[in-house]
Amino acid sequence: MATSALDHAPHAPAEKTGLWSWLTTVDHKRIGILYGATAFIFFLLGGLEALVIRLQLMKPDQQLVSPDFYNQLFTMHGTSMIFLAVMPLSAMFFNFFIPLQIGARDVAFPRLNAFSYWVFLLGGLFINSSFLINAAPNAGWFGYANLTSPQFSSGPNTDFWFLGLQILGVASIAAAVNFFVTIVNMRAPGMTLLRMPMFVWMSFITQILLLLAFPVITVALFYLMFDRHFGTHFFIPSGGGDPILWQHLFWIFGHPEVYILILPAFGIISEVLPVFSRKPLFGYTAMVFSGAFIAFLGFGVWSHHMFSTGMGPFADAFFSLTTMLIAVPTGVKIFNWIGTIWGGSLQFKTAMYFALGFIAMFIIGGLSGVMHSSPPADLQQTDTYFVVAHFHYVLFGGSIFALTAGAYYWWPKMFGRLLDEGLGKLHFWLMFLGFNLTFAPMHILGLNGMPRRVYTYPEGLGFEFWNMVETVGAFLIAISMLVFMYNVWRTRRGPATAGADPWHGATLEWAIPSPPPEFNFAEIPTVGSSTPQWDTRRAAGGQLPEPAPHSGEGIHMPNPSIKPLITAVGMSILMISIMFTHAAWPWWAMTLAGLAVMLYGIFSWAFEPAG
Amino acid sequence: MSTAAHAAHPETTTGIDNRKVAIWAFIGSECLFFATLISTYLVYKGKSISGPMPADIFEIPLVTFGTAVLLFSSFFVVLALNGAQRGDRKKLITWLSLTVLCGLFFVGMQVYEFQHFYHKGLGLGTNLFGSSFYVLTGFHGTHVTLGVIWLSTLLVQAIKGNIPPRKALNLEIAALYWHFVDVVWIVIFPVVYLMR
Amino acid sequence: MALSIGLLRRVRPLAAGLLTLALLVLVGCTTNETTYPQTTLAPKSDFATLVDDLFQTTFFWAVIVFVLVEGVLLFAIWKFRGRPGDPEPAQVHGNAMLEIVWTIIPAVILAVIAVPTVQTIFRTSATPEHPDVEIEVIGHQWWWEYRYPGLGVVTANEMHVPVGKTISLRMWSADVLHSFWSPQLAAKRDVFPVGPRFQKINPLWFRSDTTGDFSGQCAEFCGIQHARMGLRVIVQTEEEFAAWVAQQRLGSPLVDGGRVPAPSADTLAPPSPALGLPADDDPVVVAGRQTFVAGGCIACHAMVGTPLAGQVSLMGPNLSHFGSRRTLGANMYPNTGENLAAWLRDPQRMKEGSLMVLPRPLTEDEISTLVAYLRAHQ
Repeated sequence: MATSALDHAPHAPAEKTGLWSWLTTVDHKRIGILYGATAFIFFLLGGLEALVIRLQLMKPDQQLVSPDFYNQLFTMHGTSMIFLAVMPLSAMFFNFFIPLQIGARDVAFPRLNAFSYWVFLLGGLFINSSFLINAAPNAGWFGYANLTSPQFSSGPNTDFWFLGLQILGVASIAAAVNFFVTIVNMRAPGMTLLRMPMFVWMSFITQILLLLAFPVITVALFYLMFDRHFGTHFFIPSGGGDPILWQHLFWIFGHPEVYILILPAFGIISEVLPVFSRKPLFGYTAMVFSGAFIAFLGFGVWSHHMFSTGMGPFADAFFSLTTMLIAVPTGVKIFNWIGTIWGGSLQFKTAMYFALGFIAMFIIGGLSGVMHSSPPADLQQTDTYFVVAHFHYVLFGGSIFALTAGAYYWWPKMFGRLLDEGLGKLHFWLMFLGFNLTFAPMHILGLNGMPRRVYTYPEGLGFEFWNMVETVGAFLIAISMLVFMYNVWRTRRGPATAGADPWHGATLEWAIPSPPPEFNFAEIPTVGSSTPQWDTRRAAGGQLPEPAPHSGEGIHMPNPSIKPLITAVGMSILMISIMFTHAAWPWWAMTLAGLAVMLYGIFSWAFEPAG
Repeated sequence: MSTAAHAAHPETTTGIDNRKVAIWAFIGSECLFFATLISTYLVYKGKSISGPMPADIFEIPLVTFGTAVLLFSSFFVVLALNGAQRGDRKKLITWLSLTVLCGLFFVGMQVYEFQHFYHKGLGLGTNLFGSSFYVLTGFHGTHVTLGVIWLSTLLVQAIKGNIPPRKALNLEIAALYWHFVDVVWIVIFPVVYLMR
Repeated sequence: MALSIGLLRRVRPLAAGLLTLALLVLVGCTTNETTYPQTTLAPKSDFATLVDDLFQTTFFWAVIVFVLVEGVLLFAIWKFRGRPGDPEPAQVHGNAMLEIVWTIIPAVILAVIAVPTVQTIFRTSATPEHPDVEIEVIGHQWWWEYRYPGLGVVTANEMHVPVGKTISLRMWSADVLHSFWSPQLAAKRDVFPVGPRFQKINPLWFRSDTTGDFSGQCAEFCGIQHARMGLRVIVQTEEEFAAWVAQQRLGSPLVDGGRVPAPSADTLAPPSPALGLPADDDPVVVAGRQTFVAGGCIACHAMVGTPLAGQVSLMGPNLSHFGSRRTLGANMYPNTGENLAAWLRDPQRMKEGSLMVLPRPLTEDEISTLVAYLRAHQ
């Protein structure tokens, strides 16, 4: 009955429970849950880092933590939130819902999908393992050269950083190829591109951004590796290198990266608002094109992160204008969301609270962004708490709020249970209040002279009051997360009776049981509009019965496999071996071992039948 | 004769096999990878403080020959693919073997070249030229090597008779990758070796 | 019109929240320089005023957009709240005219901001043709070095400038990236390490018409003590500035290799009788100098009267006129005898990770000798 890795029978029955079934799963829904659970833990870790930061900054001249440990905390907070929380939380939704929304049974490459998850897990564990030796990355999440050079960062901290990011980059690129192909090639009959759900559209654009942006940072991180371990001077001035090259390469990746962080959120909001307004998304085509335009233009604004580097007036002006330009399609989206709720019959469920909260907070974040777009004004704002305010409004008030909306919206589909609405609203208000208390005063502090990335500040500069307020706010956020976790725990116990379509959704995922069977659809549907489930419901006169259960007989699903995990482990060993170039023992032995395991994984993967 | 694999796979939205779409997406990503490497080479061109300069050590005739070999290998793999699609096992194996040999020759030439430069005093960290040259061509050479391994694996499969016409796509995908690696070299060669 | 409970429960907290936000913004912006000595919102120079004018313009438009858009959002949330038994609302898909309108209006607003932006970019990027004082600013981990090549002054952390004169800064770094930020006077620009190939020397300029002390900080993360890399710009009357320069020139490495001329040979006769350095044979100086060498200070600090007095740049700041500085540790601690003693006792305690690592702990006697010695050099 049990599968083994050597079982080549095409229809081998697979175990559905137990550790092995999770280690070998290639089911996009399970992989989605793995991403979500793992990312949530990293999110809590990143939040803990933030709480310690806030405690340290609560009063002037404190020494709760050492300066170096503080620098590790803020570096890891940023790195974790971006790469280990927001991106993989988005990946949870990509995984679970892209196939469902396009009417597919799985993604294009299920084993590659599993591989991406395992690489992400290993990368996240690796980079956090640095805390065990008090050597977590400490040069900021964007690791500016030449601070990261061997001379000025002689410990292993920066090695953990660049290696961790390289490992995570592999996961992202592999997943991007997978979802790109899935969306291009596996849509249900009738689902033209302009009938795809907006979440799928925004995710599609995100995959393209991932494919095009990550290679740039991959190269930059290789250059950093060569500088640190192999004697080159790509970014080291004494050898002819230019530290500004790092900034260019990093931000050519880094700016599209922020769109990678926000576009899936945009997609989620565009799913939630119509359902809870009971009318379609306003301006579907405008939303598609504005999203595409933002992504395209997002490659042309990167040096707005570099306005204080003295690039000269022509470069400054160019990037200022492109940055202002990108505000236009962003505004278009906000107006279309308002247009969606306008004239609707708004249902104030928790998901809707977070979606509306998103709009309110993202407007603020967007406006502070426009203020940054003016280089001379930015000469005061950059590298101060004003920027910290800006990006937290768009990343927390934006991405996190949207991901939370997605969680409350899609929870019943994933787990068959509805999260409690009362607790959900409490979560929202605590988080909304806490979030604004934490980040709104940062605008004031930044404009009034508080730089960023400081482990303390002296008395007498006026920073005391707002820092205290911010710390209180941060703890409120923490409490709101406890409410959410309690809600999840409590709901787990209940029966899975949410039903297939508790919200009267518009898209295909609501047509199948909650949680969905392994094969998703008993029969692949044909689609006639961008709101197929609303069409079905309308045709049935408004009432839809629960979908009939199906045994899955005759539907061939891919076999589980341990090869993705093996390959991920081999690749990680290969990459981590670079940490040890200065070790007493021959580090290349570890490289070769990793390579051997990886090649074994790849070859056995290539030659096992997919099923 | 259609090159699409039918049978085991359901229809795709575009009619193109998933793996083919995937390799194109991957190639798109790789374009940015090499664009970054090439741009950095250009940014640092002529900026080395000291040490061997390109003019001092480049052996253009050898590299030109290697370039030609690589270009021919792309042609050979097309012939091999044609053989696979027609079920002409002999054609497939002959031309695929030649492709692999050409690839090996190219890698060998690069290894020789690197070793030769090293003896002439150009190490990885010697100057900006060394750094940007070795990293750029080294990554390209790694891609060629991985391509050789991939094609060799397919060659073994071909010899065992495991590449009938309905599985020609397996070779087609490797061939697309191989062409890409070739095209990248077509950019690197003039930019690095010929431009002054 | 009576407001329903449902309305109150939903909209009021959100509206209250946003109103509070707006109030915070207003409060924050009616700023008070005495509350916030490092504020960017009370410019004291022509450069900072240029920058602030642009900020005010963008802020003005941001507030307008904020009030309008959030207002419409809140209104919609209130007006279109669903009630049980509501019929299905009209299934509107979009409106092409609206799309055009709400694309054009923001674009116009941005164009309005773009024009002064581009103008100000060019004005702030230009360097003054005839500056009155030229200062070289060199960032170090974690202190600021200033050289006045035209005036022969080398000092650290506290930059003195004359009021009403155009100051031109040329800036670079001795190690990693830093950023010179003087919020009231010159905004900020990053400073970069120079190498044989890449020498990015960034300019800043300003003319202040207000005297005063203006604190600033490094604004580019530069390692463990980035937080304590402060700076201070002291805008003085021309007379005060001239006196300061005259004093600083005594023993400056840029003047006669750091040798102190005999009073009669110094053509810049100090106007104030308080200026001047303690005599060479003063017991405080003799003892201090001995300790300065024996304690190892000489390895990193240029000091008048010591063999390395002529070194323009060492690992640590030039201490020849340390006594006249208002702060120590890069604008972090008042320059009192107590603080100086504490610093000498254990610099790591006051600035952990600082590159000032004593070769051996100093005895209390040595510390008091050095304190007297340094404070005697005004």
